[in-house]
Amino acid sequence: MLSYIVKRVLAAIPVLFLVVLITFILVRIAPGGPFDEERSVPPQVLENLNKRYNLDLPVHEQFFSYVGNLLQGDFGPSFKYPNRSVTEIISTGAPVTIELGLYALIFAMILGCSAGVFAALRPNSWRDYSAMSTAMIGICVPSFVLGPLLVLIFGIYLGWLPVSGWGYSPGDKILPALTLGAAYAAYLARLSRGGMLEVLNQDYIRTARAKGLPEWQVVIKHGLRGGLTPVIAFLGPAAAGLLSGSFVVETIYQIPGIGRFFLQAAFNRDYTMILGTTIFFAFLIILFNLITDILLVWLNPKLRSEVFNQ
Amino acid sequence: MQKLICAGLALLMLMLSACSSDKLTPAEQGINTQTLLIANGDEPRELDPQLSTGSPEHSIHLALYEGLVSKNSKDLSIEPAVAESWEISDDGRIYTFRIRDNARWSNGDAIKASDYVWSWKRSLLPKFGSEWAYLKYYVKGAEAFHKQKNNNFDEVGIKAVDDKTLVITLNEPCNFFLQLLDHYSFFAVHPATILKHGDIDQAISKWTLPENWVGNGPFSLKKWAINDVIVTEKNPHYWNADNVKLNAVHFYPITDKQAEERAFRSGKVHVTYTPQLAIEKIAWYRENQPEALRIDPVYASYYYEFNLTKAPFNDVRVRKAFAMAIDRKLIVERVTKGGETAAWSFIPTDPGGYQPKQYYNYDIKQARALMAEAGYPDGKGFPPVELLYNTNDNHRKVALAIQQMLNTNLGVQVQLLNQEWKVYLNSRKNLEHDIGRAGWIADYLDASNFIEILASDSGQNHTGWKSDIYDSIIAELKKTTDSQQRFKLFEQANKILADEMPVLPVYNYSDVNLVSPAVHGWHGNVMHYHPYNNVYLEATP
Repeated sequence: MLSYIVKRVLAAIPVLFLVVLITFILVRIAPGGPFDEERSVPPQVLENLNKRYNLDLPVHEQFFSYVGNLLQGDFGPSFKYPNRSVTEIISTGAPVTIELGLYALIFAMILGCSAGVFAALRPNSWRDYSAMSTAMIGICVPSFVLGPLLVLIFGIYLGWLPVSGWGYSPGDKILPALTLGAAYAAYLARLSRGGMLEVLNQDYIRTARAKGLPEWQVVIKHGLRGGLTPVIAFLGPAAAGLLSGSFVVETIYQIPGIGRFFLQAAFNRDYTMILGTTIFFAFLIILFNLITDILLVWLNPKLRSEVFNQ
Repeated sequence: MQKLICAGLALLMLMLSACSSDKLTPAEQGINTQTLLIANGDEPRELDPQLSTGSPEHSIHLALYEGLVSKNSKDLSIEPAVAESWEISDDGRIYTFRIRDNARWSNGDAIKASDYVWSWKRSLLPKFGSEWAYLKYYVKGAEAFHKQKNNNFDEVGIKAVDDKTLVITLNEPCNFFLQLLDHYSFFAVHPATILKHGDIDQAISKWTLPENWVGNGPFSLKKWAINDVIVTEKNPHYWNADNVKLNAVHFYPITDKQAEERAFRSGKVHVTYTPQLAIEKIAWYRENQPEALRIDPVYASYYYEFNLTKAPFNDVRVRKAFAMAIDRKLIVERVTKGGETAAWSFIPTDPGGYQPKQYYNYDIKQARALMAEAGYPDGKGFPPVELLYNTNDNHRKVALAIQQMLNTNLGVQVQLLNQEWKVYLNSRKNLEHDIGRAGWIADYLDASNFIEILASDSGQNHTGWKSDIYDSIIAELKKTTDSQQRFKLFEQANKILADEMPVLPVYNYSDVNLVSPAVHGWHGNVMHYHPYNNVYLEATP
C-alpha cells in the first residue's frame, strides 16, 4: 500500500510542473498586464514597476527564477497587494475556504446520501420521484441564483440568518454552506440512489433479508458499504470542486477565502497570485484524488488484492 | 421515519428563528457604539498614501491620514488641517505653512516640517515608483528630480525652515495648489516607521500592516483582515480628537454591487461606497426608501473615444454626425436613471464658476447632412464599426441605446463589443477600437484636469488626436492664474473639442450611494469626498 502511495505522489510531481508551465504561459499570453489601469502609468514608473517584479527579464529567465523560488517554498510577492506575499494570502484564505468546503461537503453528504437511499428504498414511488426531482432542481440551479435567493428569504425577509461575513456569528456559515453544497447534494443523491438500487438487488442482500435481519440493518450494514462506492469515487473531485469553485459563494457572502483571490487574480493579471492559487488548487485536486483512490482500495476487496499483489 | 424528519425540520426552523429574534443588526449596534460601517468596494491594494491609486484606498486614507490642508465636505472650501495657517507670496509661487504645535503622529511623535520634506522626497524617488509623482511637477525642481535630470533633492522647492515651518516653492503660480495638498499623495508619512521596515525608496514594505502602521488621521489602523474588514479606531493623538464623534470606522471590501445592496438592506453597513448602484435598484429605493438614496452630481465625465487613426472616424464630419445623433436626455432619463446630466461638452460645468458653452445639440437633420457630405447618405456605404466597452451591465445598457439611436437616426450599423477590463484597457491603449467607452473623474476642482487628458502626449488620450493649438492652450493655462483669463482658455479648449470632436461626451456622472438616515454629517459633493471628522450616528425616530 505504501509503495502505491509513494508511486502516486511521485507521479504528481510532473503533473504539478506542467500545471506551473502551462499557467505561466497562459497568463503571459492574456492581453493586458498587471499594471494596466484606467489611468495610464507614466513610462518611467512602469519601467520601475517591471524591474521590481523582474518583468524586465526575458520570459524564460522569469520562469526559471520563479520555479527556483517555488522550490524554496516562495510564491513571490503579489502584484496587486504588494505588501503581502502570495504565501501569506494563501495561508490566510485557504483555511476559510477549506472550512467552507468541509461544511458544504458534510451538508451535501448528509442530505444527498439520505435522499438517495430514501429514494432507492422505494424505487418508482412518489418518494423516489419527489427526491429525484428536487435533486434535479438542485443540479440545475446555479449558486449565483440560489445564493441571493436564500439571502433574500432567510436574511432579508425572515431576518433569521446573516447575509454576509464569516466568523462574526455562528449563523453566518449556514447559508454559504447550503449554497455551495446544494448542487453536490443533488449529484450525491442521484449517485447514491443508483448505487443503492444496484446493491439492493444483489443476492447477498436477499440472503440477509431471508435470514430475517431487520430492514435498517440490511440497508445500513450490508447495503451502504457497496451502495456508496460511486459516492466515494465522486468525493475526490467533489471536494476539489467545492474548494476551487467556491469563488461565487465567497463573493455573494463576502467570505475572505482563497476562491475570491483565485478569480480576482485572473482579472488583475496578478501573475504570481494566479500561479500560486492555481498550484495550490492543483495540489488539492491531486491530494483529494489520491485520498479517494486509497479509500476505494480500502473499501473494495477486489482492488485491494490487485494493489497488494503488484 | 417521516415523523422524525418532520420533527428535525421543525427544530431546525425554531433554531434559525431563535438566531434572529430581537437581535440588533450590526448597523443598529454601530449606532450605540458610534461605529460607522462602510461597504468600500474593492479590497484596498495598499494603505501607503504615496503608492495608493484607487478610490477604495482614498476613502480609507480619509480616516488614517490628513494633509497640510483639508476640504470642507459641504462646499469643498479649503480648511486648515495639519497646517494651522499659511501665507502665499505676492507672486503666487511661495507657500509658507505653519504646522500646528499639537499635530502628532498616532504614536505620539510631533509632526515636523522635515517629515514633509522626507515624504515628498520619497514619493519623487524614481525607484519608489509612485504613480502620482507627476502631480508634484508644479513644485520647483520636482520634475527634474523625478526624471533623474538632477539628483540633488536640495534643489527641489520644499524646505523645512524649522520644525514647524514648511516652505514650498512652485515653478509657476497654481490656482489649485492648495487643493492638491489634500490629495493623499501629498500627505506625509512617518519616516522612522518606514525606515524600520525598509529603505526610503522601497515600495514593497510591511509598514502599513496594523502592527507596524503609524499615521496622523482622526483614526488609527487596528485590523486589516484581507478581503474581510479593515478596522480603524479613534486616534487619541489626533490634534482635533475632541471633536471627532465616531469611535471607529469599519471598511468592508464588498466588490459585488448586488451583495453590497443586500448588505445595506439587511443592516450590515450604514453606507455603500459604489458610486454606481445597479440601475434597477435605484428605482426600488426611490419608491421604498427615498431617505436612504443619495444622488449627487460628480465632477466626472462619461464619454466615448473615437479612433482617429483609421476610417471612418478620421473624418470630422462623421464624428460630428455621431455626436449630434445621440439623444443624451433620453439616455439619462430612461437608461441610466441615476441623476446623471446630459453632456454636450467634454468638460463638465466647473463648480468653481466655469460654464462650458454648448456648440451643438441633438439634431438629426444636421447629422444626416454631415453623413451625406462625408459620402454616407442615409448610412449607405458606411462600414460596420465596433463600439468597445468593458464588461459591465450599466455600460451595456448605455451602449445598446446608442447603437439603436445611431441605427435609427443615421442608418449605420454599430456592433457592440464588450471585453474584460484588462483586455479592454489593452485594446484602447493600442488603438484597436473604433469607438471606445471611457470615463474620467477629476482629481481636483479645476477644468484643466479634464483638458489635460486630451493633450497630444497624454497617456489617457486614446484617440490618436493631436492638436498643437490645444497643447499650447494647456501650456498657457499652466502659467495663468487669473480666473477670468483661465475661463477664456477653458472655453477655447472646449471650442476646439467641439470643432474636432475627438471624443463624444455622453453624460456627467452622478454619485449614487445608500446612506442610512442614522448617519449625520455626511454631505454630498461633486468630488465624492466624505471625511469622517464630523460624522456621527443617531437613530432616527
